[in-house]
Amino acid sequence: MLHSVAAQPDQAFAIDCRGLRKTYPTRPPVEAVQGVDLQVHYGECFGVLGPNGAGKTTTMEILEGLLPATAGQVRVLGRSWDSDAREIRQRIGVSLQETILSDDLTVQETVRLFRSFYRQAWTVDQALASVSLQEKANARVNKLSGGQKQRLAVACAVVSDPELLFLDEPTTGLDPTSRREVWEIIGRLRAQGRTILLTTHYMDEAQRLCDRVAIFDQGQVIALGTPEQLIRSLGGDHIVRFTCAPVATPQQVEVAEEPWLERLRQLPTVSLVEAEGAEIRLACQHLPAVLTALIDLVRQEGRVLSDLVTRGATLDDVFIHLTGKRLEGTPES
Amino acid sequence: MEQGRATADNAAASQNVAPATLPATTRSRTDSAARDSATRDTETSGVGSASSGQAVVDWPILVLVRTRLIEFTRKPAAVFWTYVFPLVMMFILGSAFRSQGNTHSEIGVVTGPQQAELVDQLSDSPELKVSSLSPADGLNQLRAGRIVLLIRPAPEGTVGWEFLYDPARGGGRLAELQISEQLRESHGTLERLPIITTPYSEPGGRYIDFLIPGLIGMTLLGGGLWGVGYAIVDMRIRKLLKRYLATPMRRSDFLLGIVFSRLLFMFPQVAMILVASYFAFSVKIHGSGLEFAGLVILGGLQFAGVGLLVASRAKSMETMSGLINLAMLPMWTLSGIFFSYQNFPEFLHWPIRLLPLTSLLDVLRGVMLDGASCWSFPIELSLVAAWTIGTFSLALYLFRWSD
Repeated sequence: MLHSVAAQPDQAFAIDCRGLRKTYPTRPPVEAVQGVDLQVHYGECFGVLGPNGAGKTTTMEILEGLLPATAGQVRVLGRSWDSDAREIRQRIGVSLQETILSDDLTVQETVRLFRSFYRQAWTVDQALASVSLQEKANARVNKLSGGQKQRLAVACAVVSDPELLFLDEPTTGLDPTSRREVWEIIGRLRAQGRTILLTTHYMDEAQRLCDRVAIFDQGQVIALGTPEQLIRSLGGDHIVRFTCAPVATPQQVEVAEEPWLERLRQLPTVSLVEAEGAEIRLACQHLPAVLTALIDLVRQEGRVLSDLVTRGATLDDVFIHLTGKRLEGTPES
Repeated sequence: MEQGRATADNAAASQNVAPATLPATTRSRTDSAARDSATRDTETSGVGSASSGQAVVDWPILVLVRTRLIEFTRKPAAVFWTYVFPLVMMFILGSAFRSQGNTHSEIGVVTGPQQAELVDQLSDSPELKVSSLSPADGLNQLRAGRIVLLIRPAPEGTVGWEFLYDPARGGGRLAELQISEQLRESHGTLERLPIITTPYSEPGGRYIDFLIPGLIGMTLLGGGLWGVGYAIVDMRIRKLLKRYLATPMRRSDFLLGIVFSRLLFMFPQVAMILVASYFAFSVKIHGSGLEFAGLVILGGLQFAGVGLLVASRAKSMETMSGLINLAMLPMWTLSGIFFSYQNFPEFLHWPIRLLPLTSLLDVLRGVMLDGASCWSFPIELSLVAAWTIGTFSLALYLFRWSD
């Protein structure tokens, strides 16, 4: 069967952006986004990950039609912002980073205001139910907790029953309980088949919520794939972290010696050895074999092993591997 | 450790669709969307039981206006500055100028027989400042409060002088005493001429009458700059403007909503000043009430335009406060809220009349105090209209929704 898809390649994606650039004309010019390609499938929850200043929010705002791009092509729901802005806005929902909703309105009044802008929408009650905020319907916005305010922002974004939802850092600054509540809400919205594009600098959040993630650093996509693919790219599911001093030098070693690292690379199933000061990090596939071999090696060389930690590999390890930097807001576990 | 592994596996399993299979399912969905754009509802309702979109019947502009009204009434400080502050000003200034003690009296002498001799004699007094005036001009100046007493030849058939002044104002009675004393001291022939004293208390002639239209103009000015300008900058700083921009809201609905809600706050504001000044000081509108209402609306629109213009680019409260002061201060001091701009040197009158508040106050006072028709102020009305159209157009051109 001849498919019309070939004639309209961009129709296959909820978001299709190619060669996206944004340069702010300051002095010196700031190249916030430097050639980003993103294709988000319909029904997918796509995470844009990266530290502050990586260009996540700028990219989001261009895709949301709030900022003009310096260069590149953007199609949202198969349409272009240049010709179909109002139509796109009817079909997307947006939650910006740090919008301060009016303090003097109640939750219900706030949602009702946003609802009035759309041709079609959920009722106010439905929108509040979708973020479990019904019992706060008559509370003033300034009486809400941080997590409740964030849920209200999501309610304003979903009140139009959008096909495509943009959530810019939906959990930043929230306590762990509130974060988990927002995660549950996003999970439900995803289960309804909506396409979701969210930014975060929490790797655990991306790992938990997203079908695919793009890792941003300095205005570029440095890695793209499912969380599993990215973690697998490290070559191992496990991370072993330790420091190990030669007995001959009882004082703290500043840097791990290269020949010693080379011997560690020979251990079974180890795919990656990185040193950060005295701390050594191994990524490996088969943990018991590596631990046995490591302890044997340490004993043979007469070294002292300390601070040994093992854990499952996370996207955070991917980010550290790719950039040599740790993400903000991600405590070392 | 193994537990951690298991959690990761569960997470992978719970991620419903393997990405590799997604494009195919997506294609069929999008194709149907392309064939019939109206299938959007069935598509979205197919994806979740909660997704039952309903047609929205609310008018965005009405919801925006209602929202502004709610926000306003829930801010006690805004209510105070809008409604209470003008009344406080009225009572303080109204009572202060009521008991005015002035040793130096400005009087006028109407042209006529023996006028020159009288002016000569009175001008010798250090306490009197005398000017020669035509009969019509003399009455006008008396009514406008620029002179406290007017001397004119006694009505035909009688000999002597007629003194006109407002007995309610201390200044007139004092001037009369000062004149009598001066005539006695000069030992001229004029002293023996009879004097008729006519109380002249044309409504609209007192300071409070002058002040009320000024206060109304001042509240319209403040309302435009704070109620429209400040409110918009506040929303820009909160990134609410940007958030609205991400919705299909019409920008014109938003701006009209702000302006209309401002006009709605304005009616009770002006009504309160009028009612309070009527009961406390018997201030009345002498011209057409309808014209007066029309002027208030026009003035409200004019300053909404000025507020919108001032707010079109400002990104911080500091900038905005500075801009508001920059716009308000010249009008507060020059446009004649508290005293007539005629007191400034002649060469400043034209530039002052070009300020938006000056024209509005001139027409308002003409209608309210002199009972004139607003159509007898074509230049002033044109200026107000030009300011309104000019500021709105420029504001819409310059306006920034996000940073």
